Amino acid sequence: MADFFTVRDLRIAAKVYPPGERPRDMEIVSGVSFSLEKGKVLGLIGESGAGKSTIGLAALAYGRGGIRITGGEVLLDGEDIVTFSKRDIRRLRGARVAYVAQSAAAAFNPAHRLIDQVVEATLLHRLMDRPSARARAVHLFEVLGLPDPDHFGDRYPHQVSGGQLQRAMTAMALCPNPELIVFDEPTTALDVTTQIDVLAAIKHAIRETGTSALYITHDLAVVTQIADDIMVLRNGQTVEYGTVSQIIEAPKEDYTKALIGVRKSRETEATDQSGTLLKVENVTAAYGNGVPVLKDISLHLPKGQTLAIVGESGSGKSTLARAITGLLPPSDGRILFDDEVLPALQKRRSKDQLRRIQLIYQMADTAMNPRQTVSQIIGRPLTFYFGLRGREKARHIAELLDAIEMGEGFADRYPGELSGGQKQRVAIARALAAKPDLILCDEPTSALDPLVAEGILDLLMRLQRETAVSYLFITHDISIVRALADSVAIMLNGRLQRFGPKSQVLLPPFDDYTDLLLKSVPEMRIGWLEEVLKSRHITSAGN
Amino acid sequence: MTIFSSDVTKPASTPAPPGFRKRFPLATLIAQRLGLSALLLVAVSILIFVGVEALPGDFASTYLGQAATPEAVANIRADLGLDKPVATRYVEWLSGALHGDFGMSWASHASVSQQIANRLGNSLFLAFAAAIIAVPLAVGLGMVAVLFRNRVPDRLINVVSLAAISLPEFFVGYLLILFFAVELGSVPFPATVYRGMPLFDRLEAIALPTATLVLVVLAHMLRMTRAAIISVMASPYMETAELKGLPSYLAILRHAVPNAIAPIINVVALNLAYLIVGVVVVEVVFVYPGMGQYMVDAVTVRDMPVVQACGLIFASVYILLNMMADIAAIIANPKLRHPR
Amino acid sequence: MRARDIPPSAWIGIIGITVTAGAAVFAPYVAPYGEREIVGDIWEPMSSTFLLGTDNLGRDLLSRLIYGARTTLAVALAASVLSFSIGITLSFIAAATRGVVDQGLSRLNDLMMSIPTLIFALVLLAVLPQSVWVLILVMAVLDSTRVFRLGRAIALDISVMEFVEAARLRGERTIWIIFREILPNALSPLLAEFGLRFAFSILFLSTLSFLGLGIQPPTADWGGMVKDNKDGIIFAVSAALIPGAAIATLAVCVNLVVDWLLKRTSSLKGGRDDG
Repeated sequence: MADFFTVRDLRIAAKVYPPGERPRDMEIVSGVSFSLEKGKVLGLIGESGAGKSTIGLAALAYGRGGIRITGGEVLLDGEDIVTFSKRDIRRLRGARVAYVAQSAAAAFNPAHRLIDQVVEATLLHRLMDRPSARARAVHLFEVLGLPDPDHFGDRYPHQVSGGQLQRAMTAMALCPNPELIVFDEPTTALDVTTQIDVLAAIKHAIRETGTSALYITHDLAVVTQIADDIMVLRNGQTVEYGTVSQIIEAPKEDYTKALIGVRKSRETEATDQSGTLLKVENVTAAYGNGVPVLKDISLHLPKGQTLAIVGESGSGKSTLARAITGLLPPSDGRILFDDEVLPALQKRRSKDQLRRIQLIYQMADTAMNPRQTVSQIIGRPLTFYFGLRGREKARHIAELLDAIEMGEGFADRYPGELSGGQKQRVAIARALAAKPDLILCDEPTSALDPLVAEGILDLLMRLQRETAVSYLFITHDISIVRALADSVAIMLNGRLQRFGPKSQVLLPPFDDYTDLLLKSVPEMRIGWLEEVLKSRHITSAGN
Repeated sequence: MTIFSSDVTKPASTPAPPGFRKRFPLATLIAQRLGLSALLLVAVSILIFVGVEALPGDFASTYLGQAATPEAVANIRADLGLDKPVATRYVEWLSGALHGDFGMSWASHASVSQQIANRLGNSLFLAFAAAIIAVPLAVGLGMVAVLFRNRVPDRLINVVSLAAISLPEFFVGYLLILFFAVELGSVPFPATVYRGMPLFDRLEAIALPTATLVLVVLAHMLRMTRAAIISVMASPYMETAELKGLPSYLAILRHAVPNAIAPIINVVALNLAYLIVGVVVVEVVFVYPGMGQYMVDAVTVRDMPVVQACGLIFASVYILLNMMADIAAIIANPKLRHPR
Repeated sequence: MRARDIPPSAWIGIIGITVTAGAAVFAPYVAPYGEREIVGDIWEPMSSTFLLGTDNLGRDLLSRLIYGARTTLAVALAASVLSFSIGITLSFIAAATRGVVDQGLSRLNDLMMSIPTLIFALVLLAVLPQSVWVLILVMAVLDSTRVFRLGRAIALDISVMEFVEAARLRGERTIWIIFREILPNALSPLLAEFGLRFAFSILFLSTLSFLGLGIQPPTADWGGMVKDNKDGIIFAVSAALIPGAAIATLAVCVNLVVDWLLKRTSSLKGGRDDG
């Protein structure tokens, strides 16, 4: 079968403006080559900064900001689109090659109905008349599992959910019958349970229409379900390129192996009960308008162990953290810390009580004052809680930097100069400086790349072994739970669905929700998606 | 049998039908704005009337100045009704105002309402003429600045508007007078208008004052419309339009314009203040018989009924215009026109 | 912060402000004649004796301009410093405490902002006794409403950042949070806003003086000088335009510097670039 989409030695550069120097070009994609047969899917895998989105957009002869193609060929059916005139490029986009963005919510215009936007490209390029385009759109809505396909398009973007919007965007891309669709992380922003539905819908739709696709993601497990070939990218260069079974079952490069190994679960579970550190008893809490967000939650955390709180968005897991720290006082129930009742309001707690419970945030960027250096950030708790100053304080700071595996040279850097992983490490050091008994980790790795996240999790586990600190780990990622937790609590709509030691919670028999949740976590196995779908008999309706 | 995530995750209760607020967010918000504006008007009237009374400086003595003997003061106070309690006077004043009667001027002993009736129309005419020229110009030039972003036309517009917002209105006014009225003699000065004046003559008379107002207001508006348009153009849905192969003009027309209406209305509202303030100064510069000149003259001689009446009217017009702009912005928001 | 990092436009602004300030401070030594001395004929044209000509009473325009710089700058500066202090203090307290205090202050501020500044000033000046201090106070109080609105927005923006919450959770006192966490991040936009307020005060004072309600004659003040000489316009005497141009120039200089400060305001959130 002839390759219908080929990329040869593609080079892409971005304009950078280093302070005090003249603007210059920096190469962000260096000599990438691949080819795609008709009807097949190529997965582009890599961490952020790898260049995968940039390559995807190059297929539409488009570059964001100051990004442009500086070398190589992009051949669509034998024609090099890099050499196309502006007019030909416009004719190409939306007709022969289509794009599905990461955030459908932002990509749709809030001022127009969905149906008008879905058929817009088709009508613009005169591929069909309006009635036929409409009919095709409705058909695609049905194929993609959207509710009430005949009238779905009459709605406005803000009237439908995120998962539905992502499918609508796919319909918009499929409507003009393109030869190639570029999917740019289409399921990354969705909940785990929604992700499965959308992924299945996309796979079904492109198989049915015989469209070729470039599927961009950082999640290897997701791409395994949908791609025929996989290309692993790093810093704008190809690391490995092969069929999906080659990459997943027999990876050659270390980097690929590291990416695959990220999901391996480490079966650890502490069983000794050296006393309960935290006890939450029948806590109910509500925000100002009286709507309860936590309903009768009871759980406990033994000393030196990790309790993972799992849930999707809106489950109340972050709210539970706020209740424990005293930012949202419960309307009912109480919280005991080391057998002492904690005052519900944070303002009423003693300095020592505050010291013993520390918090690590999801976004390290906003969790630290950008105008303070690393040593100032880490040093403040030392001064505030222990009154350390001068040389002794400097010594402690150096020890903490050591503990987070960062050298002394980082002491005078500002957060803006650090990478995501480094920032999170500094946040951990800041929490450690207070010598706490309990650290609340609110999705600390969700915003990080998989390999970097792995490093952070390793660090946290090591620190627990060395200092016997307890963790309350909030996450939506079941694989993290499997790897780290000693006990697990699953939350849904403010209620506790299940709570207990990991081995008990993660083994059947399950309630419906836990069943759904556990089954929705993609595994790095070819054919996993089909198994799940078979066991769920999905035919229509959607989230 | 289909099990779907949505079936499992939603609680099995039937929610009550959403209340009025949710079903008609548009009507609710508009009603709220109307109510808020009414409240604001009342509060402003209290502030102008009562708040001013609470300030130091006895009217009668200040008014009489040198001739403030105790008897004269007492007489004046009785004459002007200043011996009644504040609350009574406020209620009398407000009810009179609502009927269009603002009492008697202390200086001329003529009806304030009569003078206002003559002059309000003139001021509104001037302001309206300036607005109708300035707003389309601001939007148009803002678009030009964005289309040629960071290139020569944009930089030029940026520099000129920066200079223009630093110019006091009277400076611009006298500059124009010197050039057009005196040197070239093309337009009359001062800008006298009178009732029954033919429209063309009227327009000729206000040409320079309008030009002054336009220049001043345009500069402020221009910078803000440019920022608003840039923000809309940077939205992700504009990228979607480009990736669908839409030519620039179509993308702007279909996707940017509908979303730019609300922010631009916002900009216009913010600049109404400049317009109202500008009218006052421009009227003084061009000796134009409007509310602005009336008020300034009254302040100079401390003619309180006139000052309070003019203050109330200016404030009311400002609040009203702001409210209409708010409501227009609400209506332009698609999320409110089509609730979930 | 190196000298060559400052763009030329900002340099023009800085130089202009410095020259004006210099003239204001050293007025008695720099001005060729006295502030109220009548030294020539009415509205004499520019010559070597009177570099800018004379005004409507025969006083030297240049000298009055220099003394006027002193009055204008002093009053405008006093008013902006006062308005800024009031506005920032109140807005930061409101943003840091939230709740009833915040609501009350915001509503009061909204009420005061619903009357256009000049109109409000006219009403107040009609009632209050005439003095420079009253003028400064009125200008300051009215202008502080805008500072309040901006200061509150900035403070709120910063206070919802997680590092402020982290400090609160640590147990830090509100004062410490305001000064050590919020303020350092607000400095750049606040400085720019001060510049804007200063430019506005200059223009506002001039307008009030032009209307006869600001600085009273015979004290030299740029706005008042325009008023004095405006009758000459009809006779093609451009004396009134000179103080007007001075006001405009100073305002332009301040705005140039403010523009540069606004461009320097760095964003607080670091980004994670998508590849």
